[in-house]
Amino acid sequence: MTETLPGAAVPNPLDETAINAAVEQAVAAIAGASTLDELKAVRLAHTGEKSPLSLANRGIGGLPKEQKAAAGKLMGSSRGRVNKALADRTAELEAENDARILVEETVDVTAAPRRRRAGARHPLSTLQDRVADIFVGMGWEIAEGPEVESEWFNFDALNFKPDHPAREMQDTFFVEPPEAHLLMRTHTSPVQVRSMLERELPIYVLCPGKVFRTDELDATHTPVFHQFEGLAIDKKLSMADLRGTLEHFARQMFGDEAQIRLRPNYFPFTEPSAELDIFHPGAKGGPRWIEWGGCGMVNPNVLRAAGIDPDVYSGFAFGMGIERTLMFRNEVGDMRDMIEGDVRFSEHFGMEI
Amino acid sequence: MRIPLSWLREFAQIPAGATAEDVMADLVKVGFEEEAVHRPTDALRGPVVVGQVLSLVKEPQSNGKTINWCQVRVVPEGQEQTLTGKGIDPSGVQGIVCGAHNFVEGDKVVVTLPGAVLPGDFHISARKTYGHMSAGMIASVRELGIGEDHDGILVLSRIGLDPEIGTDAMELLGLYDQAAEINVTPDRGYAFSIRGVAREYAHATGTEFTDPASKVNAPAVLSGGYGVKINDDAPIYGKPGCDRFVARTVRGVDATRPTPPWMSSRLRLAGIRSISLPVDISNYVMLELGQPLHFYDQDKLSGDIVVRRAVAGEKLTTLDGKERSLDPEDLLITDASGAIGVAGVMGGASTEVSDATTAVLIEAAHFEEVSIARSRRRHKLPSEASKRFERGVDWQVANIAAQRAVDLLVELAGGTADEAGTDVGTAPDPVTIVLPAEFPAARIGIDFTEDQIVTSLEDLGAVLEKTGAGWTVTAPSWRNDLETKEDLSEEVARLVGYDQIPATLPVAPPGRGLTRVQQQRRRLVQALADAGLTEVLAYPFVSKAANDTFGVAEEGAPRTAVKLANPISEEHGYLRTSVLPGLLEIAKRNHSRGFRDLAVFEAGMVFLPGDTLGTPSIPPLGVKPSDEVLDALYDGVPDQPLHIAAVLTGHDSPAAAGHAPRLWDWADALDIARLAGDVLGVELVVTQGRHQAFHPGRAAQLSLRSGEVVGYAGELHPKLLAAHDMPARSAALELNADALFEAAADVVVARHISTFPVATQDVALVVPQDVPADDVLAALREGAGQLLEDVALFDVYAGKGIEEGKKSLAFGLRFRATDRTLTADEASEARERAVATAAERFGAVQR
Repeated sequence: MTETLPGAAVPNPLDETAINAAVEQAVAAIAGASTLDELKAVRLAHTGEKSPLSLANRGIGGLPKEQKAAAGKLMGSSRGRVNKALADRTAELEAENDARILVEETVDVTAAPRRRRAGARHPLSTLQDRVADIFVGMGWEIAEGPEVESEWFNFDALNFKPDHPAREMQDTFFVEPPEAHLLMRTHTSPVQVRSMLERELPIYVLCPGKVFRTDELDATHTPVFHQFEGLAIDKKLSMADLRGTLEHFARQMFGDEAQIRLRPNYFPFTEPSAELDIFHPGAKGGPRWIEWGGCGMVNPNVLRAAGIDPDVYSGFAFGMGIERTLMFRNEVGDMRDMIEGDVRFSEHFGMEI
Repeated sequence: MRIPLSWLREFAQIPAGATAEDVMADLVKVGFEEEAVHRPTDALRGPVVVGQVLSLVKEPQSNGKTINWCQVRVVPEGQEQTLTGKGIDPSGVQGIVCGAHNFVEGDKVVVTLPGAVLPGDFHISARKTYGHMSAGMIASVRELGIGEDHDGILVLSRIGLDPEIGTDAMELLGLYDQAAEINVTPDRGYAFSIRGVAREYAHATGTEFTDPASKVNAPAVLSGGYGVKINDDAPIYGKPGCDRFVARTVRGVDATRPTPPWMSSRLRLAGIRSISLPVDISNYVMLELGQPLHFYDQDKLSGDIVVRRAVAGEKLTTLDGKERSLDPEDLLITDASGAIGVAGVMGGASTEVSDATTAVLIEAAHFEEVSIARSRRRHKLPSEASKRFERGVDWQVANIAAQRAVDLLVELAGGTADEAGTDVGTAPDPVTIVLPAEFPAARIGIDFTEDQIVTSLEDLGAVLEKTGAGWTVTAPSWRNDLETKEDLSEEVARLVGYDQIPATLPVAPPGRGLTRVQQQRRRLVQALADAGLTEVLAYPFVSKAANDTFGVAEEGAPRTAVKLANPISEEHGYLRTSVLPGLLEIAKRNHSRGFRDLAVFEAGMVFLPGDTLGTPSIPPLGVKPSDEVLDALYDGVPDQPLHIAAVLTGHDSPAAAGHAPRLWDWADALDIARLAGDVLGVELVVTQGRHQAFHPGRAAQLSLRSGEVVGYAGELHPKLLAAHDMPARSAALELNADALFEAAADVVVARHISTFPVATQDVALVVPQDVPADDVLAALREGAGQLLEDVALFDVYAGKGIEEGKKSLAFGLRFRATDRTLTADEASEARERAVATAAERFGAVQR
């Protein structure tokens, strides 16, 4: 690295032409530097202690007093021009350098490994939450109860007469010994009874949960499945209120196009009773009516079992299967997919439904 | 219930071209769900005609069989064959090879001509066989799909027919008829009859209904018939088991006469096999009117019939040939010889009607629902009769049904009816219901007109009497399901149409949202899913062995579990006391499907019975039980806390370029358990644990600060993993989630955040190998006092430089004061106090 320009004469600080020439020379050299290292050499040569301009500047001291001002002015502006060129070029080269490093650091983002992954919720569990949220949004509360239940809560309190065929149609798992009158709840309705016994009136509750029937597992049946049941007990409730509630719920679940249809049916715990069909606009294979659940006006005997006066209060109840809802809402073709625990099933849904 | 349309048409106005589907579409509006269509022509297509065998040549074959080469006339002599097509002989005589031998020349038979299709998609065509061109088939009942008998072909004279040659045999045999199968809900016994369904069809369509009962000319009073006594000394729920018994006698019956095709085809479509003419008649009348009948061979009866309860030890051989031990609660039909039938369920063998029977005694009785239901269940004897009786039969129809059976026996079996008859019993009081005028509208939400209410109920057969405030309604005798004003409201709504119900949205009072526990449960489940685990849902049914292993920490320790009386399989006869067995099954299933890297979890109830299990009795329905009784019901229900458990096996993530996945291990299980505590704000105390399902040296017991043990986490026991075909080192955890929810703080009190500088100091302590790091850490924390902000274990070392049997634990300590900047001396002093405490407790020596 050279600190002086070989053979360069020291210009006179009053010689504007010579100084300008030195400045031009320096600016040209600065512009010609293509790396920061080259620029450093140029800087030393043109602004170092032994550079023509520095030496010329130092010559000001030897000038007569009256000339010093003119020389100082000339040298000051000349050195300022060089320094500015130097600063500009430095900035340029640094920016180029930074950009180059970033280019060099480029990776193939498509080859990145997955180190962290979210797991997955079971869609039945997600759907249960979704349903609960809709009702909570309507001011309802969520009620829960035990899966092994007293026969009274599951049947008698719900107006199933002891020897009535309806009781047998429930295909019940009984707990040993049968004399203990315990069973696995066949529906979530015992939670309704518990709610009526334990809560203040009026009551608006949704009871989601697991229920059990002695069905063999196949594509459309499973001995363990999930339901959600709603119960409203208030003064002056009618079947129109039931219909309005179900319609609102159906639209939240399936969109504004959804409609419901009620057909007469029989359940011991409701009178009148109805089968609930839903018109599912997005159903696979085109919009159609699908059987969704059962509903009706709470039978006065059920109210009496909970100590509620049926002449003052009336109520409605409804119940749907979560599996069934998932099957037609999300096009699940086989019940077994939901219960076998194959991780592909849950993982496909992720956290959504 | 299967409804042949031709039968329904007798009493209801069904449009001429209506199909079973059309009828079901109407019936569903009044509450009968469609089940199936039974239509012979879906599987059978003509031409199928009556033919007469002109000649029959027996031709022995080399395979030992003898075939008949028949010439069969299928068009009356002198008439032209109007059918055309391949294999149809214009002469009207078909050459047919037939392998059956139960017919002779001159017999009229059913011929399926070329072009016909038989059930099983069997196409009839002319084909070469046994050296002849066989152009059609002489059919058996089985080939026509109308019976099981395939030993021989159907010879029409044997079923009492002598039709003209060429007659459409499908018409003749009732094969153009079809049946609609509907589901009848258990409250509507009356709909197990053509009578009941025809009435409902009329309701659904607004058309006219003719009551089949009105077509029967039954005497108003019967007397002088066979002696019958009703003697029920042990009624159930105070209701007599039998409150009517009609008996009629028909003599000179030929029981061997064939059942006419119109009757057998209707029975067949209704799903009832033709047995013999008397049996078919009794079934026919039951299907038409809903009244089950029983026919006795009157000559086999001895003495009066007595309806009574069984005595202990009494036995009866029923029609199915089985000897049955009777229960004192069984209601019996008896004569001087003893029991001759379980009332309303099944008759006895000794008095059964046979081909030799000439005198038939018809029983048309009315039995009480519960008594029949119990006998049917007790003897596992579901029958068409018991199905109707346990749902309720019209008291009034008994003598009408008996008369209908008399008429058919006279008409079809050549019998003569006795003038005398028996009719004993007492009619139940009619059910009257007070219906306030405004009630149906309030219940249903439709502003019914008075006319709608009155017309609907009268259409049902009810009798209305206007009162000041509404009506007094007398329910029809066949509607035992109508008892309350709510029942009547449903009927009005059903007949007016549920589609008329408007929609109004009731507004619930302001709610509190999800409860805290509901929120905690969601947060917990979501946290595990967010942490990369996959939620699954297993069945709660497990084996005893699974509960023995997972349900209790110490091997062989006493354990209780809920056993099912009727499990899906004996192998899964218990309810889980731990969520892990189900998760392991699921992990195994995923493994077998090629998924070896798994982290699955489930939040589910476990079942922990206490000292009391259930209640010895349960209170009646329709009344609120006393507080004591309710408490007992609550107490009898086993504890069912929510557990959350996970199984981790294989790698924690998929291998990828630039990423080496880790194997899940015991520490992950423990970490996830602690994460569960973290998201709920519950600190879990970790101690070296012992649980028979876990590796004895690699399990952590997790407790609350209170000392309550809430779960385990660690590596599963190697032997258990081997037994389950699971990879070594697989890890698991299980926590009592309910206990965690309860331990979570209600209100979190804010902590002051100090902005003064931190002073960090490290310390390495040598302690015996068996001293838990967490205990040393606790000692440091205690010794350091208030100034210690945090302490963490950052290194464990044993080996060179450390005495045998000891280990070095390195901790990082962070000191900070809330009110000043700590000096180096202050921090060092605190550190020394911490070390001193550890030294005192565990002989820890600073390295």
